Amino acid sequence: MNMNYTAEELAFRDEVRAFLDEKLPADIAAKVKGFRRLSKEDHQRWQKILCKQGWYATHWPEEYGGVNWTPVQKHIWDEESSRYGVPRSIPFGVNMVAPVIIRFGNEEQKQRYLPRILSGEDWWCQGYSEPGAGSDLASLKTRAVRDGDHYIVNGQKTWTTLGQHANMIFCLVRTNTEVKKQEGISFLLIDMNTPGISVRPIITLDGEHEVNEVFFQDVKVPVANLVGEEDKGWTYAKFLLTYERTGLAGIGMSKAALSHLKQLASRRMKNGKPLIEDPSFSQRIARVEIDLTAAAISNLRIIASVEGGGVPGAESSMLKVKGTEIRQAINDLARRAIGPYALPFLEEEMDLDYDGEFLSDKDAAPLSAQYFNNRKLSIFGGSNEIQKNIVSKMILGL
Amino acid sequence: MDFQLNEEQQMLQDTVARLVRGEYSFEKRLAFSETDLGFSADFWKQLSELGLTAVPFSEELGGFGGGGVEVQSVMTELGRGLCLEPYLQSIILGGGLIGQAGNDSQKENWLTGIASGELKAAVGLQEPQSFYDLNNIETRAEKNGEGYVLNGRKAVVIGGHCADVIVISARTSGDSRDTNGITLFALSPETAGIERRTYPTIDGAKGCDITLNKVQVSADALLGEEGKAAGVIEFQAGRAIAALCAEAVGVMEIANELTLEYLKQRKQFGVPIGKFQVLQHRMVDMMSELEQARSMAILAASVADGEQNDERRRVLAGAKNVIGRAGQFISESGIQMHGGIGMTWEYNFAHYAKRLIGINHQLGDDDFHLERYANLLQAS
Ligand SMILES: Cc1cc2nc3c(=O)[nH]c(=O)nc-3n(C[C@H](O)[C@H](O)[C@H](O)COP(=O)(O)OP(=O)(O)OC[C@H]3O[C@@H](n4cnc5c(N)ncnc54)[C@H](O)[C@@H]3O)c2cc1C
Ligand SMILES: Cc1cc2nc3c(=O)[nH]c(=O)nc-3n(C[C@H](O)[C@H](O)[C@H](O)COP(=O)(O)OP(=O)(O)OC[C@H]3O[C@@H](n4cnc5c(N)ncnc54)[C@H](O)[C@@H]3O)c2cc1C
Repeated sequence: MNMNYTAEELAFRDEVRAFLDEKLPADIAAKVKGFRRLSKEDHQRWQKILCKQGWYATHWPEEYGGVNWTPVQKHIWDEESSRYGVPRSIPFGVNMVAPVIIRFGNEEQKQRYLPRILSGEDWWCQGYSEPGAGSDLASLKTRAVRDGDHYIVNGQKTWTTLGQHANMIFCLVRTNTEVKKQEGISFLLIDMNTPGISVRPIITLDGEHEVNEVFFQDVKVPVANLVGEEDKGWTYAKFLLTYERTGLAGIGMSKAALSHLKQLASRRMKNGKPLIEDPSFSQRIARVEIDLTAAAISNLRIIASVEGGGVPGAESSMLKVKGTEIRQAINDLARRAIGPYALPFLEEEMDLDYDGEFLSDKDAAPLSAQYFNNRKLSIFGGSNEIQKNIVSKMILGL
Repeated sequence: MDFQLNEEQQMLQDTVARLVRGEYSFEKRLAFSETDLGFSADFWKQLSELGLTAVPFSEELGGFGGGGVEVQSVMTELGRGLCLEPYLQSIILGGGLIGQAGNDSQKENWLTGIASGELKAAVGLQEPQSFYDLNNIETRAEKNGEGYVLNGRKAVVIGGHCADVIVISARTSGDSRDTNGITLFALSPETAGIERRTYPTIDGAKGCDITLNKVQVSADALLGEEGKAAGVIEFQAGRAIAALCAEAVGVMEIANELTLEYLKQRKQFGVPIGKFQVLQHRMVDMMSELEQARSMAILAASVADGEQNDERRRVLAGAKNVIGRAGQFISESGIQMHGGIGMTWEYNFAHYAKRLIGINHQLGDDDFHLERYANLLQAS
């Protein structure tokens, strides 16, 4: 048992810090730390800097331009990123479709898509969910019918995050209706500019345009865009989901949000004293900080077991549930910390370049919206109920 | 003991219910919310024509002489429709403060109009530093010739953007959290030196912050006795808490109906999701939270117009605490069980969820009222 970083790991952390001190644009960091909106351009600007450093594709093997970090190094990177206000990489290309292409794609697909992900030329989105296929993903109906060198795709995807910015979508489609539902699914890479695709925004409860519906009407997709084998897509899809889940615990993001909350509570006043000195409020903060400490260690234990040769399994489901509950609890407290100022919905103050007077605290405006927006954390990436079903089946044998 | 509404009360509730059903579809509400006014002038007029704006006022004022239970009947139905009209602000709070503290000529000037719905009142009782404590007042009112000059800032005045009269609290003496020295003034928002910054609220209404910069008012703006308003404010805020609790119950009723309906209708894995026991139990908890809330709303209504004492204080703090907790549980559970659909603007559930959270930030959240209750705990 050794809870400390090794000398090499500490040196790596210094290197990360030096890089972020020098290269992270202050305006982007300020937006991340103040929970402001980031533009597509912000993401692209930061991606270029990361790529230049060779640190964008942390999950990829070196031969494709990845960086061969150990799980502990990745963890150090995540922690420092949150502390500094590094924008979270849009995961759909680099962390989702790329590992699938690397593992199951053919050489031509690797040569074509991976460099374009690194350069930012392609923006990917994830076309898994459908109106009738949410938790029961395998019941998806979007149909792909082989016609010579093409598939003809018809159907609808939904909840497609940032689909409005994407030029590529990876989709689960049904290629066989004769077999068990999991066995008739294929994994297709689709150019969003193909005729027959239309994207309709879905506005979320906080007024944001973050998700979309994507419609496919007789869309011609070259057979060359099939990943792996026809009808084997479910295996690839599940492989991707474990990747997705591991990141969803969001320990680093919770640490950043907690530190933001403590600063906020030090500025807000109650009974003539800073709110953070109020016994009941400080106990609420203390409790979530303790939970977060425990979850962070659980996270590290799971990471360490991977390094020792294991694969993160159903344990990552447990971590996703805890991690999202903690993040939501922090958002709840931040909203409470501003009292009646949780009510005003000041969209103008949510933009970082707002230069008017703040109605109350400079960080207050996005807090309610964020509390509501982050209700999604326990719904997407497999709802928390589904994660618990996985744990009870896979670990407890129930 | 009898928990049934009497015939008149039932008729009153049915009248509001019919009106809301007829006029307040979800689509219309979204449209009302987006106007500058932020609610429906037409619906307000209909409330007034049916005498509903006059419910809590005395018969001399053309009112109905209604008490806590009558107000509860109206508010629950307005809650079911997520109605945006300033009933709480104008009728209960504005009308209540002027009615309790005002002199005859002030009542004549304002109350008849408020009761008939022709005038709209709003109240500025909290400030940026107040954190729900209505005695935490720093706005100063200084005697100046025949009148007063006011300086300060009032926070989150719901309905203040369109009010004809705004009742505000200010300090004529004492320090920021003293009970003594708080004084009420009734102001026209057009008075020189008043600036309003208007904004929409997260739950679809509109409000404003008010800056008072050397606002000169005459002596007849003074409402009630100088320096002695804390008791009046506490009493009227208590009536408003009871009314908010009743509104919350209406909001929760619909939130639960929508969720239950969804559990029966949404299918995953070949069965309605309501077949999953974990969701069944959560729905059962939502139902029992609603019943806890309903019980406290009834209790709150029963003391709303009663004598001010620690028992009333405890009941109201307890009610608001339960409403806050139940509201958040129902809001979060309902979104969760709706899955992605619960996260959207287009589907009505999220708007009920947002109102429930919004209610928790009006007149004190569950933490605030827990602390208040704890301070009033009886040793035995
Ligand atoms: C903001 C946001 C962004 C998203 N982004 C994407 C994206 O980019 N790409 C994509 O493909 N998808 C995306 N999703 C979709 C997301 O993965 C689904 O919302 C999720 O899988 C749940 O599906 P559903 O919404 O249909 O809810 P449902 O599956 O209908 O679930 C409704 C409720 O029933 C519960 N439930 C369902 N089955 C069971 C069971 N067996 N046992 C117990 N409880 C159960 C759920 O937990 C939930 O509480 C996003 C969703 C959101 C909200
Ligand atoms: C102090 C005491 C006094 C009692 N007095 C009497 C008495 O006077 N007369 C009498 O007849 N009996 C009496 N009982 C028995 C009591 O009714 C049973 O204990 C009870 O019905 C539960 O049955 P069980 O103990 O066999 O537990 P089980 O039925 O085996 O239940 C074990 C656990 O499984 C859960 N469970 C079971 N089925 C489900 C399901 N479908 N969904 C979800 N969870 C489920 C239960 O909630 C429990 O947590 C008494 C028990 C106690 C402890």
